[in-house]
Amino acid sequence: MKPHDETLLLDTPFAAGVRRACQLQDWGHWKGYATPNAYEDVEQEYFALRNAAGVFDLSPMTKYRISGPDAGAFLNRLLTRDVGKIGPGRVGYCVWCDDAGMVLDDGTLFHLSEGDYRLCAQERCLDWLHWSALGFDVYIQDETAAVAALAVQGPTSCAALQALGLDGLQDLKPFALRSFAFDGGELLVSRTGFTGDLGYELWTAPNHAQTLWDALFKAGRDYLIRPIGMAALDLARIEAGFIQAGEDFVPADQVLRPGRGRSPFELGLGWLVDFGKGPFTGRSALLRERQRGSRFRFVKLDVQGDKPAADSFILNKSGKVVGHVTSAAWCPSAKRNLALASLQMPWGRPDDALYAEIYYSRELHWTRLEARCKVIEGPLWDPPRRRQTPAPDF
Amino acid sequence: MMKQYDAIVIGAGHNGLCNAAYLAKAGLDVLVLERNPHIGGASVSRELYPGWTYSNCSYVCSLLRPEISRDLELPKHGLQVVPYHGGVTFTQDGDYFGNYPDEERQLREMARHSPRDASAHQRFEVDVMKQTRLIRQFLLKTPPDPTSFKPKDLKGLLELAAAFTELGEEGLLDTLRFWTLSIGDFLDEYFETDVIKAHMSGSGIIGTALGVYSPGTAYVLLHHYMGEVDGSVGAWGFARGGMGAVANALASSFLAHGGEILCAADVRRIIVEKGRAVGVALANGDEHRAGIVVSNLDPKRTFLQCFDAGDLPAEVRTRAKNFKIRGSSGKLNIALDGLPTFPALPKHSPLMLADMHFSDSLERLERAYDDWKAGTWSQDPYLDMLIPSTVDPTMAPPGKHMMTVFVQYCPPTLASGPWTPEARDAFGQTVIDQIAQYSPDFKSLILDCEVRTPRELEDEVGLTEGNIFQGELTFDQLLFNRPFPGCAQYRGPLPGLYLCGSGTHPGGGVMAAPGANAAREILRDLRRPNTVPPGYPND
Repeated sequence: MKPHDETLLLDTPFAAGVRRACQLQDWGHWKGYATPNAYEDVEQEYFALRNAAGVFDLSPMTKYRISGPDAGAFLNRLLTRDVGKIGPGRVGYCVWCDDAGMVLDDGTLFHLSEGDYRLCAQERCLDWLHWSALGFDVYIQDETAAVAALAVQGPTSCAALQALGLDGLQDLKPFALRSFAFDGGELLVSRTGFTGDLGYELWTAPNHAQTLWDALFKAGRDYLIRPIGMAALDLARIEAGFIQAGEDFVPADQVLRPGRGRSPFELGLGWLVDFGKGPFTGRSALLRERQRGSRFRFVKLDVQGDKPAADSFILNKSGKVVGHVTSAAWCPSAKRNLALASLQMPWGRPDDALYAEIYYSRELHWTRLEARCKVIEGPLWDPPRRRQTPAPDF
Repeated sequence: MMKQYDAIVIGAGHNGLCNAAYLAKAGLDVLVLERNPHIGGASVSRELYPGWTYSNCSYVCSLLRPEISRDLELPKHGLQVVPYHGGVTFTQDGDYFGNYPDEERQLREMARHSPRDASAHQRFEVDVMKQTRLIRQFLLKTPPDPTSFKPKDLKGLLELAAAFTELGEEGLLDTLRFWTLSIGDFLDEYFETDVIKAHMSGSGIIGTALGVYSPGTAYVLLHHYMGEVDGSVGAWGFARGGMGAVANALASSFLAHGGEILCAADVRRIIVEKGRAVGVALANGDEHRAGIVVSNLDPKRTFLQCFDAGDLPAEVRTRAKNFKIRGSSGKLNIALDGLPTFPALPKHSPLMLADMHFSDSLERLERAYDDWKAGTWSQDPYLDMLIPSTVDPTMAPPGKHMMTVFVQYCPPTLASGPWTPEARDAFGQTVIDQIAQYSPDFKSLILDCEVRTPRELEDEVGLTEGNIFQGELTFDQLLFNRPFPGCAQYRGPLPGLYLCGSGTHPGGGVMAAPGANAAREILRDLRRPNTVPPGYPND
């Protein structure tokens, strides 16, 4: 019998530091944890990510430890991409589907050491993992609360972390992992992130969290490091074109109404589906989809004007609704008015004339716009430093 | 010359009143006859102990159709439903399982017992909600007759087929499983923790003379999930002032539309002339005449007690005799001198506002059912216990409390013979002893206790065998089979005779939908404009 817990919202292991820094008292919740939407100023926090370094407490992210003799085989059955290609010390972005080929979630798979993995995700999926593991010799544990995590993202992130004492970090390749000694324990560092820029994620035991927070901000002060909240992170991830469960798609296991799920192809994630690797959950359905065609296309749209197209319908030339926007923002670094949108096939071809129906209010005076949209091919924000090793100086 | 009404409704329960209100709204001259000196049927609030209001029978509100509430202006007529949240099952080892209203907190509490169950809960909720969305579309519709080729039946069948199709290929298969599975088997497909399964299973057996492993009980759970409070599907609330507020508001709306209610009017017989229902005869010898007669009584009582045997076809009498309406539950209403403490709960726990239970495994629940089968009340009963005065300030004096305790199982008659006052008291004591195991100061706070067995429910309210739903909610008695073939569209076997009680589609639980649906069919037969609103569409 575990102790009763009557608290409404949990604190993350970094709470002491986070609470001190969160001067706006603008709190949100994330998976049952109190999380700042903003600490001081969303704009400053966003620009820390693009101009210096921003620190985001991602401890509430769902984390599963998956190990045992069949861990690799199990994950290869679960995920659509070839897990065999993610060697020890590497991280892979991945999606997993139900048998109908509808995406349950996307996330990152950390191959910690031979046969020992950590799966990080937005949604909880322990039940699904257990059902999928029937017949596999594999150990699955939710270690969300057992791992404290910070994302340190932006051009000065590498320098700041080196100042923290992480020697040689500049040689860590994108999607690689490395372990450092820290505070008498271990600090695992991955060159990963959710901002589309140079950046790292730090993983440690909760008892090192306070020390890490304090040391990081001390070491990073001269590198203009600052904590960032959910709002700035969301802006950066939209600019980078990253999708998020619950925002840009409904996880298949939460879909009530038929047809509301999306396949990897319908989310622009077809590149993560490897039909050559052998059986995986959703494969037959996805093969069928590839033969018959998808129902939807996920696109990035450059929206005319500067009014964000949040929640907009997308219309074609004759005014028919052909889709809707799932995320949208004016992107301050790319200087574009970006919308991520789910469109009915065949819409979203490069030359399609599309319009976002935008409503905005100025002093309670509402204006309706039909803003011309252009389909964007390729990433909108993709600085070379994101991929360079050694990580370049800022 | 006796007054001739357009319609007489027998029974001032919520369905009778709802039916009458819609008929009166259509301009009919309607008389409602009630056997008791007070209205309400099983939707009643009574002050049996000075200063305390008891919801004597039904005690929480969710299923009452919002379309009806709005259309009959029930808020204007005094009805306010205040949502309550959460639930708790106390365990024998001094712990509990709390079903918190906050989603994340609930998941955390589930994970305290089993991380896997916490994750599975989402799948459970989605699967139940899919079935809920299917059935909700048909609550304010007359079930189509699958043997008929009338355009409206064919249209209804097409709607039914379309709803299944919308669920997708596997929807039909899932639905058929869901409607026939036991709640125990259903929960076993999601959860591994005894107390979580026991907590969730309560909705599958309430009001039903079946055990947690009896086929058909999964549907009963659905019946408790398909209501709403202000659009929050599955939520339950307290009617301010007790469940009598529902009937009182319906009565007020009915009276405002020009209706007439006569209490202490005990209908003994429905008068049939030339094969047509033409009026009723009361116990005191009075007769009332009307173009149509609508019975809010259960089908068994209607057909087997209110007619001269020769007035009805033998088949109807046979089907009525075979209608399943077994009583399974009792009720304690308790006036308390203060709020009892439950040491397992932290001080000021929000779970004090929740529904409380003490059965921590499906095995205990199944054994509780075994006692019923053997003709006695459960020695270790399942309780659905609430303290409405923690939410509603009108139920008890300030600082005092009213507790409502639904008890299952409790048989309509005992193996040893009919209920006696002594047996009833012993039944009450069994329940009080169980609560006191988890609340040491509970007994000392009791000022008054009303104990109700199925016999009280039958004798006072008139529900045969004391079945709270006017007939069991199993697949064989649902939709076009409720109450039985031939009477499933609210029309009785004789011209001029109608049924409007919970024994008809979509069943009991203080929905008022049977009453409204019956009114629509009556108005159709009378070629009057329909006054009953359509159901809100699924969104």
